[in-house]
Formats: sequence, C-alpha cells, structure tokens
Amino acid sequence: MIGFSRSARINIGVMAILAILPVFFWWTGQTFYLSLATRLVILAIAAVSLNLILGYGGLISFGHAAYIGIGAYAVGIPAHHALYGGMDFIASNNGFFQIALAVVAAAVFALITGAICLRTKGVYFIMITMAFAQMVYYFFVSIEEYGGDDGLVIDTRSEFPLVNLDQPIVLFLVSYVVLVLAMWLVNAIVNSRFGMVLQSAKGNNDRTVTLGYNTYLYRLTAYVISGAMCGLAGALLGNFATFISPEMMDWSRSGELMFMVILGGTATALGPVLGAAVFVVVAQFLSELTIYWHLPFGLMLIAVVLFARGGLSGILRGKGS
Amino acid sequence: MFVLKSGIPPLDTTLLFVQTLNGVQLGLLLFLVASGLTLVFGILDFVNLAHGSLYMLGAFICASLTFLVGNFLLAVLIALPITGVLGYLIERFVARPLYARDHLDHVLGTFGLILVLDTSVHLIWGPAGIAVPLPAWLEGQVGLFGDVVVPSFRLLIIAAGLAAAAGLFWLVNYTRLGMLIRAGASNRTMVSALGIDIQSLFALVFALGAMLAGLAGMLIAPITEASIGMGNNIIITAFVVIIVGGIGSMKGAFFAALLIGLIDTLGRAFLDDFFKLFMSSDAAENSAPALSAMLIYILMAVVLSVRPQGLFPPKVR
Amino acid sequence: MTTLLSVKGLKKSFGGVTATDDVDLDVIKGELHAIIGPNGAGKTTLISQLSGAVKPDAGVIMLNGANITHKPAHTRARLGITRSFQITSLVMDMSVLDNVALAVQATDGHSFKFLKPARKIGHIRDKALAMLAEVGLAERAEDPTRNLSHGEHRQMELAIALASEAELMLLDEPMAGLGPEESATMVAYLKSLKGKRTILLIEHDMDAVFALADRISVLVYGKVIATGLPDDIRSNDAVRHAYLGEE
Ligand SMILES: Nc1ncnc2c1ncn2[C@@H]1O[C@H](COP(=O)(O)OP(=O)(O)O)[C@@H](O)[C@H]1O
Ligand SMILES: [Mg+2]
Repeated sequence: MIGFSRSARINIGVMAILAILPVFFWWTGQTFYLSLATRLVILAIAAVSLNLILGYGGLISFGHAAYIGIGAYAVGIPAHHALYGGMDFIASNNGFFQIALAVVAAAVFALITGAICLRTKGVYFIMITMAFAQMVYYFFVSIEEYGGDDGLVIDTRSEFPLVNLDQPIVLFLVSYVVLVLAMWLVNAIVNSRFGMVLQSAKGNNDRTVTLGYNTYLYRLTAYVISGAMCGLAGALLGNFATFISPEMMDWSRSGELMFMVILGGTATALGPVLGAAVFVVVAQFLSELTIYWHLPFGLMLIAVVLFARGGLSGILRGKGS
Repeated sequence: MFVLKSGIPPLDTTLLFVQTLNGVQLGLLLFLVASGLTLVFGILDFVNLAHGSLYMLGAFICASLTFLVGNFLLAVLIALPITGVLGYLIERFVARPLYARDHLDHVLGTFGLILVLDTSVHLIWGPAGIAVPLPAWLEGQVGLFGDVVVPSFRLLIIAAGLAAAAGLFWLVNYTRLGMLIRAGASNRTMVSALGIDIQSLFALVFALGAMLAGLAGMLIAPITEASIGMGNNIIITAFVVIIVGGIGSMKGAFFAALLIGLIDTLGRAFLDDFFKLFMSSDAAENSAPALSAMLIYILMAVVLSVRPQGLFPPKVR
Repeated sequence: MTTLLSVKGLKKSFGGVTATDDVDLDVIKGELHAIIGPNGAGKTTLISQLSGAVKPDAGVIMLNGANITHKPAHTRARLGITRSFQITSLVMDMSVLDNVALAVQATDGHSFKFLKPARKIGHIRDKALAMLAEVGLAERAEDPTRNLSHGEHRQMELAIALASEAELMLLDEPMAGLGPEESATMVAYLKSLKGKRTILLIEHDMDAVFALADRISVLVYGKVIATGLPDDIRSNDAVRHAYLGEE
C-alpha cells in the first residue's frame, strides 16, 4: 500500500477487518457475532455523526441518542400504521419513505433545537441538549398508541427492491456501506472550506467571527447534518432490533455515544469507529461475566477520562498523551 | 389526581389546591437538588452529572437507617452527614482531579461515576426499590379548611424544603462561609490571597451540595420508594431548573424550581381539561399527555430564546 | 478627505466602570490614526465596540456613511473592518497557513462549500502564502501555530489582518511584548502600509506612535481629551498633564 500515509493504512486495515470478519461469521454460521458486528457498525455511524459536531465542532452534545430514537420511530411508526391502520399519510413499509422520514425528522428536530441550543455556550449547551433529548424521551413515553414506556415492536422491516433486510448479512452489509459513506462524508466536510470554518470556530470563535464568518450558522448547519446522519443510524437500529422504545433515547445512551467518540479519539476519521468497537465488545464481554458490568465499565470510563486523553486512536498513532 | 372525565368538568378548586401543593412540593425538592448543583457549578465551574446519584444514595441510606433505628426522622438526621461524607469523597477522588479540565471531561467522568454508583446500589440493596415506612403521626392526613385534606407528610416535605431553602439563604448571604462562597464564585485568586484554603472550601461546598440532594432523596423516599435510577430522572429536571433560573444563581434556582414544579404538576393534572375547552374530548385526551410531558422543556426553550442567560443570571461571573 | 469611520457619543460601562464615555472619533480614509492613553483608558473596549465584539450602551458608529452600530461582528468584517487582538488570538490547533487561509477564504464568497478540500484550492493558498511571505513567515507556513514564538504570533495577526483585505484595520497594540528588534521591524512594516490601508492603531510606544501617526487621539478615563496632528498633541497641555506627564 505504498502511497498511503501510516494513518490511512491503519484506517483501511481496520475497516477491512470490520468488513471481512462479519462475513466470516456469517459464512461459519456464527449469527450471534454477526449481529454483534451489525450493532457495532450501526452505533459507529451514530458515533461518526456525533464526532462531526463534538470532535470537529467542539459542540458537546449530550443528547445525540434522541436522533437515534427519532430515526427508529420513523421506521416503527409507519410500519405500525401499515399493519394496524390509521394515519394513512405515513402508513408504509417502503424503506425509501421510512429512511427519508427518519433523516428529515431528525434534521428538523436538529434545526429547531439547535437554533436554540447554539445561542448558548459551554455548560448551558451540554445541559440543554440533554434536556431536549429528555423531552423527546418523555414525548414517546407519553404516547400510548406507540407503546409508551414499553416500546413498539416493528413487525415488518423496511422494504427495498432487491435488498432484503430480513437477512442478517444483508442488513450488516447495508449498515457497513452506510458507515463507509458516513465516514467519507464527514471526512470530506471537515476538510472542505465549511469544515475549516467549523474547526476554526472550535479553536477560537472570536477570531473566526472577526474574519467575517457567522459561526452560528456554520455550527447550526453542522448540527443539522450530524442529526440527520444519526437519524439514519436510528432507522438502521430500528431495523436491526425490530423493537424500539424510549429507552433508546435515555440520556445514558447519549453518554455512551459521547464516550465512544472520546474513547476512540475525537476529530479523527477512525476514532468513533474504534470507540464504538471497543464499547460494544467490552460491554458484551463484561455483561457475560456479571450483571454488575456497569461497575467495572464506569470505573474504566473514569480511568479513561483521568488518564488517557487523546483516546485509542491517539495511542494507535503513537501520540497518546 | 382523580379527575372525573365525564363531559366538561367544572374546575375543582379543592383539586386545584391539592395539586398546587403537590407542585410546590415538587418545586422544593427540585430546589434542594438544583441548589447544590448550581452552588457547585457557580463556585467550582464543575458540572456534576452524578449529583442525582447523591439524591438516590440519600434515599437508600435513609431507607436502611429507618429500618435500623426504627425512626424515619432520626434516620434522616444520621443519613445527612453520611451523604455529606460521600460528597466529600467524590470531590476528593473524582471531581478535584478534573477541575482543571474542560467541561467535556467533567461530564464524562461524572457519567462514569453514575454507572459506578447506580451499580453499587444495585449490588448493596438489590434491584428492587425499598419502601420507607413513616411514623404513625406522619402517616395521616391533615384537614386544612373546608373539605381540603392533605397528607401530613407532604406538609412536612414542604416545611423541610422551605426550612432548608431559608437556611441556605442565610448561610450564603449572612455568614463568613457564605461570604467566602460568594467571593470564591467571582474571584478565586482573591479568596486564595486572603489565605483561605480554597481546596477545603471547594470540598465543603461539594459536601453541602451532596447533603442537600441527599435530603431531597430522603424526603421523597417514603412517597416513591428508594429506587435505582431515581436520581437520573430528577437531575435533568434540575438542569432545566438552573438553566431557566440562571446557572450559579441561588435565587434563580429557587424561583425556577417552584415555577417548574408547578407547571409540571398542574400541566399533568389539568392540561386535558383545559384542552377540552376548545377541542374534542378524544383529541384532548390524546394530545394532552404528550404536551404536558414536554411542557417544562418548552418553557426552557422559550426562556432561552428570550434570555439566553436565564431569568436571574448571577451578577458576577 | 472623506471620513471612513465616524463615531458619535459611544458609551460603554461594565458595572461601575465607564470604559468609554461619550467618545467621538473620525477616521479619515487612508490615514494612520493612533490612539494613545494610559492602561485602562478604554482603548481595547473602543476597538471591541468598533469591531462588534462588544455592544455599546449608547452611541452611533458609521462606516462609509452607513450606520453599523447594530450590525454583528461578522457583518462588519464583511463590510471592511478587521482587527488584531491585544492578546494574541489565533487558532492554535491549526497550521500557520490554515490560519491565514481562513482569512483569505472569508474574502472569497461564502464558505458553505462542503466537498472540495479547502487545502487544494490554489488561489486561496497562494494568496495566504503571499501574505505570510510579506510578514516574513513563509518558512513557518506548515507549522502548527502553537509552536511559533510570541513575536511570530504578532506577525501572524498582522498577516491575517492584511489577508482580510479590509479597508479599515484596527490594530490593538501590535507591538505588545515584542523585543526592540522585532518592534523596529513591525514599525517599518506598518510604515510601508501607510496610504494603502486606513489604520486605527493603539500603541504604547510613543516613539513608534509619533513616527507613524498622521493624527493622534488621546483617551483618558474613557474620554477623548484631544485629537490632532502629532505636533499639536505633543504640545497640548491637557495631554501633557494627563498622560505624557506621567512618563
Ligand atoms: N469585559 C469586561 N468586564 C468588566 N470590565 C471590563 C471589561 N473590559 C474592560 N473592562 C474595564 O474597562 C476599563 C477599560 O479597559 P480596556 O478597554 O481594556 O482599557 P485599555 O485597553 O485602554 O487598557 C478597565 O477598567 C477594565 O477593567
Ligand atoms: Mg487594551
């Protein structure tokens, strides 16, 4: 692989393993590991989307799980009505429609709440993103038609021509392709003129404004892109789990997404993927050992924060702090 | 809480009064949680997500002590210093190393702490909630006027909440410690220059905040049970309180807590009746729960759009 | 002689401190107008109000005859005002070239362009490199900004101000913290800019000010106590008493 930098080689290597291993699991009939890999890839998409605003934009959003929920309900609600009637204008199993609904609904929610959140800074921003996510959480808890607290079973997965998401390997491959596209898109965005402004605003907002950039609008745009992308991850997660509940939007889910990004290394292309991988694998491993797995996990989280800034990808690249 | 849903009900003033009291009660509990949060943030510039865990710990410790010593009030008195010590330990081992870091590290570190504390409670007390028995004289109801009766314990919560609020105002505004706290909030170097050990001051403030949150947990436990995760629900509402009130402002926390306690309680109780005034009964009953669940967040959004610094931004920051 | 910037009755207080008190000021197109005054006189606050970073309590700011008092900072930048900061204000995590390129990019239409790599846009890079060359930093272009010395940071600030192509440059103590040699270079450089840009210069170094300024305004306790040619200021009794006398 001459011609690629060291970091590009690592990226390609990791992504190749992430593609090949699950196919191997599928080949050998280890469906459990295939499904673990699918979940990993879907969460990685969400983490990649969060990295755009958290890592490159410096916006500490503690409410990203809301977009996962919105995306998942955008699959579940149309499917529910397609089966049980009512709300004819959204009742549908059409995958394109559901995906579009997920992305648009997430983008609109990001636009409205982002317009308010981004007027504030620092701690306010963290708390407000958290509060808005909790609002969505309680919103779905209060709607009995969609199961309230208990959640909603998705009886029929999104339907696409030629592509059958009921086959686990297909769902994995689709998710993997979406992940690669998401990584490509985020990478393109952060290196574009828009991305330069976004990163500059993170590093020094006053300076960036003084140059003539309305940093509020740039941030809001990034916020909406990130939300829409995460909504897509939510739609995939709905299809994967075939069950959705407000619990998917609990703020500890948002915390986990943040943790993945930090663990893997913010503002790096591969970081969120590595973080999601470690998170999913370690959580799986620990939860098999003990029902109290959140205890060692929480301690690990504290240890990472206290001792290992720069994250995994920083360590991989040999510049861990 | 038991509205008859036949036709358009006349506004039941007894019910309105009782729900208002419930709202005040929720508001005061929110204030106890939010005041510690805002104190710690205002002085230490530290975001403590695990503040809600102290609320939960207060409830569990008080529950166990109630069974041990056989008296709820005595249990509260013993549990208070214990939560204070827990707060101190958290300050010493998790918060203090993070003061110099940015807010992102604060939230991640304390998020990890929540997982640790929630699971520890699970380990020690088991997964189920614990009901906390009250002494007989607090079990009953008190007739206030006319046919209005309210549970005596709810009145006690309100009284205790008001007393704690008053004590806190006195502490912050009229004592030497309060002066240091206020000075420390606006000017750390000045306090250090006065020869005050700022490290101990911070630890003290943290422990005080822990005790306030713990107290709220102890007071609510006889009504709701002590349960895992109870802190994680109230902490977000407490965030909404200090955002609306203005982060770092004690006065803001007080008024915002009452406002939000009332809006949330009254919204859940009466929004459907209110909607029935201008929409069909079915439509009202479908839309009211969703909207009342979102009411306080909508309030927060409105306040922020008009005053991004909250209703009572602290003067010095 | 046309007036580029005209300020009337500009007032700003922080709590009890009145930082600028009824400031009137005219800056003529093409001049180098220096503002002097003791520490805490309100010079930085004045610049911040002109750049839009701080909202005045009262007063009017006109640029080229248009009222910009209520325009946000980024709009003022687009209208032709740039500033440098008394305390270095750069994006430390980015390279030197990226910092300057962002200033160039700001003059090149909006930046809601998402896919093309910014670092491969030739005309922006070339111009940024030219600006760096002009202030003598061409060799450091690819270095991370945080690795540069204080003096080099000051030069970067100037390169950014230049790159913005602003008609009016507000320079807040560009020589602060520089050694004698570096200061001399900066003075020579500012001299070479005279006539090409309109400059409002805040500076403590009196030799530099008298060497550079076409006109000088003296700010004391938030008030402009004198405006005039350097010689007039030098001989003004009120100024000598309030300010120069202290030296
Ligand atoms: N953001 C602020 N908050 C409070 N006081 C300020 C602020 N900025 C400036 N001041 C006060 O305003 C006065 C003028 O400050 P400044 O404009 O920085 O003066 P100069 O640049 O002339 O030294 C000083 O007394 C300073 O303490
Ligand atoms: Mg100054």
